[in-house]
Amino acid sequence: MGQTIVEKIISRNTGKNVRPGDIVTADVSRVMLDDIMMPFIVSKFREMGFQKVWDPEKVVIICDHLVPASQVDDVRAYKISNDFAREQNIPNLHTSDGICHQLMTEAGYVKPGDVVFGTDSHTTTYGCVGAFSTGIGYTEMAAILGTGQLWMRVPATIRVRITGKLPENVMSKDVILRIIGDLTAAGATYKALEFCGDTVENMSVSSRMTMSNMAIEAGAKCALFAPDEKTAAYCGIELTEEVRSLAADPDAVYDSVLEYRAEDLVPVMACPSQVDSIRPVSELIGTKIDQVFLGSCTNGRLEDLQAAAAVLKGKKVAPFVKLIVTPASRKIWQEAAKDGILGILSDAGAIITHPGCGLCCGRTGGILTDGETVIATNNRNFLGRMGTSKVKIFLASPVSAAKCAAAGEIVL
Amino acid sequence: MERFTGKVWLLGNDIDTDIIMPTEYLAFKTIDEMKPYAFSPLREDLAAKIKPGDIIVAGSNFGCGSSREQAPEVVKALGVKCIIAKSYARIFFRNAINNGLLLIENDELADDVKEGDTITVTVNEKIEYNGKEYPIVSLPDNLVEIIEAGGLVKAMRRRNGLD
Repeated sequence: MGQTIVEKIISRNTGKNVRPGDIVTADVSRVMLDDIMMPFIVSKFREMGFQKVWDPEKVVIICDHLVPASQVDDVRAYKISNDFAREQNIPNLHTSDGICHQLMTEAGYVKPGDVVFGTDSHTTTYGCVGAFSTGIGYTEMAAILGTGQLWMRVPATIRVRITGKLPENVMSKDVILRIIGDLTAAGATYKALEFCGDTVENMSVSSRMTMSNMAIEAGAKCALFAPDEKTAAYCGIELTEEVRSLAADPDAVYDSVLEYRAEDLVPVMACPSQVDSIRPVSELIGTKIDQVFLGSCTNGRLEDLQAAAAVLKGKKVAPFVKLIVTPASRKIWQEAAKDGILGILSDAGAIITHPGCGLCCGRTGGILTDGETVIATNNRNFLGRMGTSKVKIFLASPVSAAKCAAAGEIVL
Repeated sequence: MERFTGKVWLLGNDIDTDIIMPTEYLAFKTIDEMKPYAFSPLREDLAAKIKPGDIIVAGSNFGCGSSREQAPEVVKALGVKCIIAKSYARIFFRNAINNGLLLIENDELADDVKEGDTITVTVNEKIEYNGKEYPIVSLPDNLVEIIEAGGLVKAMRRRNGLD
């Protein structure tokens, strides 16, 4: 009987021919630790009685949620991160280079077939390059740091096949929002998502990243794309038979299959305050807005900024509306500056911030108050996520967000 | 089997981790400092009203969202005896078990029970409410091992020859 992508990755990792439901102990290829969790990870690590991390090269510490500091106490997390990296000879410490999930793939820490854990739920992102990756808490991270292993249950897979050409102004964000709406917020809990079909084959790795990033919003444990030429080029590796053969077998067994025709998809938004409350933008036209947020590990990449700049070139952000732009990494920031994209956005009236988690997690850089409405390209519109619990958050694609910024209301 | 009775706080579906513990308080030094803000986006006064031994009953997908372990830790620190929900998000489930916070899955109770009523739980067996019994499924063996060790930290201490 054939295997899905996640079954192949876990089988190779454990040396066993695994099936959904099997409980296995995996050898961890890489871990991602973020600043906000570092004080707790280090304290649990010590409490457990460990002295040394199992393999310093496999540990990546990224300061992003608290960069730059917005509260005096945030600095404590930096100090603990720096001290732990020094003490344990961890070479991979990023103090201000960008958002963790962007850096993990961009800086080459994750390759196809890897098994990766991170102390952030959007760790599902690395499925964009064909890696098994998922979020865990700080106690389990401390245990991995000491042992290099973690137990897990092999998930069943939901296959999502999308075929055809996406209509103009429909981005991969619209695709994943629609899928989450159909699956619901708990529809993929404990399961893997596997995306296939010529629509996703034709997508850039960046567009795929948006989809694997948001899979957790349907509860998914991981979200995988079969590695192809684009993956290999992005990761700077050769597309060997070993890598290529991570693709699902033709006779793999799925929990269920969702089918979409790209031509049927339209721009959509997730309405306040549920990620699965999806409506076509055409039904929301005329809703007044106060702010637009373009950025995050979901949609803060060069192609996202380019798409917004194409909409806003020669235009101005509507009166009384603020447009906040946060590129996902320093590298993207620099590329966008060089290409003139930041200039276009700035001319339009954007506030451009340093790469970081900032507004997406409601810590800094544009938080909102009662009665305000924001169109945001990030991944969560939970109650109170970007300010008070009376802020209305609509999640949208970069193109939709840019159009709204210029209009001052929701437009198609 | 352990048996206990507690007062119910009733919550809905998709109670996410940003509701359980908003990001703005996550960098506080201790879980105790975070306690007053638990559930504040949804019900500002709830954390102050919850008393040790109380039970949270909720709908489906409890704990969805972020991987922040402060969420189950703060619920435990409030003295909540257990959570009984229709289903849990997977990261929250693992985090709760690793901290020794008892989670029970039950499909019906959230639709029947009223906030403020008391229920009786017999662990791994049943819930009793209003003259009706609700069966409970037992946890898998590997999770029982972690709980029996007293959480993952204690399991690792034992592994490292400390306890």
